[in-house]
Amino acid sequence: MNLPSSQEIIEDMAFFDDWEQRYQYIIDLGKSIPPIDESLKTNENLVRGCQSNVWLVSTERDGKLQFQADSDAVIVNGLLALVIAVFNDKTMAKILDFDINGYFKALDLERHITPTRGNGLQAIVAKIQAIAKTKM
Amino acid sequence: MNTSNSVLNINEIRNQFPILHQQIEGHPLVYLDNAATTQKPQAVIQAITDFYTQCNANVHRGAHHLSDEATRRYEKARDTVANFIHAHDRKEVIWTSGTTEGINIIANGMAQRLQSVDEVLVTEMEHHANLVTWQQACLRSGATLKIAPIHDDGTLDTEAFAALLSQKTKMVALPHVSNALGTVNPVKELTALSKEQGALVLIDGAQSIAHGNVNVSDIGCDFYVFSGHKLFGPTGIGVLWGKEEVLQDWPVWQTGGEMIATVTYESATWGELPNRLEAGTPNIAGAIALAAAIDWFTSLNLSAVQAHEQALMASALEQAQAFEGLTIIGNAANKMGVLSFILQGCHPADIGFLLDRQGIAIRTGDHCAQPLMRRLNLPGTARASFSVYNTLEEVDALFIALKKVQNMLA
Ligand SMILES: Cc1ncc(COP(=O)(O)O)c(C=O)c1O
Repeated sequence: MNLPSSQEIIEDMAFFDDWEQRYQYIIDLGKSIPPIDESLKTNENLVRGCQSNVWLVSTERDGKLQFQADSDAVIVNGLLALVIAVFNDKTMAKILDFDINGYFKALDLERHITPTRGNGLQAIVAKIQAIAKTKM
Repeated sequence: MNTSNSVLNINEIRNQFPILHQQIEGHPLVYLDNAATTQKPQAVIQAITDFYTQCNANVHRGAHHLSDEATRRYEKARDTVANFIHAHDRKEVIWTSGTTEGINIIANGMAQRLQSVDEVLVTEMEHHANLVTWQQACLRSGATLKIAPIHDDGTLDTEAFAALLSQKTKMVALPHVSNALGTVNPVKELTALSKEQGALVLIDGAQSIAHGNVNVSDIGCDFYVFSGHKLFGPTGIGVLWGKEEVLQDWPVWQTGGEMIATVTYESATWGELPNRLEAGTPNIAGAIALAAAIDWFTSLNLSAVQAHEQALMASALEQAQAFEGLTIIGNAANKMGVLSFILQGCHPADIGFLLDRQGIAIRTGDHCAQPLMRRLNLPGTARASFSVYNTLEEVDALFIALKKVQNMLA
């Protein structure tokens, strides 16, 4: 299953005019994200600070990072797909440089990236960037 | 105010809560997270403003007009609480920052007194505030923490509870009403059983205090704790009530100003109740505003309040039972304030989020009761909780919105 690119996501989302369509899109995205292997659902890969369980796994190839993420809540899964779309297969420098707040603003999803929301997207982005930092 | 013959006018009550009149995401706010905290009536907001605009001063200290007036209102607030919960004496009312601090005062004192052969008994339905505190007190003292189990329907297994009691049981701590399940515990009977074995009894009243009559004398417990913010009052103020004969030599909690009798460089002696357990400048405005909340609440006809809340609960239960794929978590016959549920195939966090988009505020998650969730084999639940200002239309709105959530997640 190929997830859409961040550009495709922005274009798709711009097309919707009410919250239901937008979140239906995120829900469908969340359902299509490939689940990570049970063996990878370790404490080490668990991201703290989320209302639901979120696991994040990274690999490195040719100086670029690949990410897989999984949550037991489907909207969080959809939001994870949005995040992975921008960070996957990027160099560490690109990952650290990316304006994630601007991206969520463009998607009209800023509320999810504010540190007050319980879904911990902020924590996931922080973890991705921390991984990128250690690999630089 | 004598309104004992009147029925409730819910619209009039709602009009006293400024926060309820707003739109969330283009929908009228439906606030069903009252077990987390209740909203505040204008009378409470006004009491805070009045205190700071008319008589802000430190209490018990100044020989000046403002301080006298602040002290008068602050100590009158203590009387209001004492009357409200039917305490024998105003000295038995200790101001705290909330339920959590009240439990900590008792658990810390207990930790100094417990021996390694002693036992502390709590239940499987505790909020972390009434669990971790006792667990830590036991770890420090070497005493053993015992857990009274629940039945699958969320009621306490009172036989198992009784069987766990013995002469070794020095402390029993349990909730009046469970925040995660809504179960009302038979606290009077459980207290009597515990007292037969000589145990001290603490009742966590966080979830019961805003739903009608609490009578600590009738329950017969040694300690009763609650938070002001769940009783239409502000955050940062709460009450520890304790029997005078138990509290008067209770190990002091914090030390400092206000709580002492005499001080030298080498030693200090402690003051009398209630001051000995209230070190430092208290939350004066909070105490006064909590009294305003109690005055507001008791101006209502409390049996009409209970009847109204029972009608809300009955309607919620009926709609929940008819809702395909929904399972009610906690099926005690005697339930108060809280409807906990899960929806097949839907994570509670998703439910909460999609309800929020429709203006409906509920709580999702483990409700600060992780061991209880583990016992029920659930990652968490969705919880709607009701208060006097909620309407039957709001209960309907919850289930209409929930249908939409289910369709979206299907
Ligand atoms: C049963 C119960 N006990 C204790 C608490 C803790 O109350 P507070 O956080 O106000 O100290 C709560 C609050 O949710 C509760 O529901």
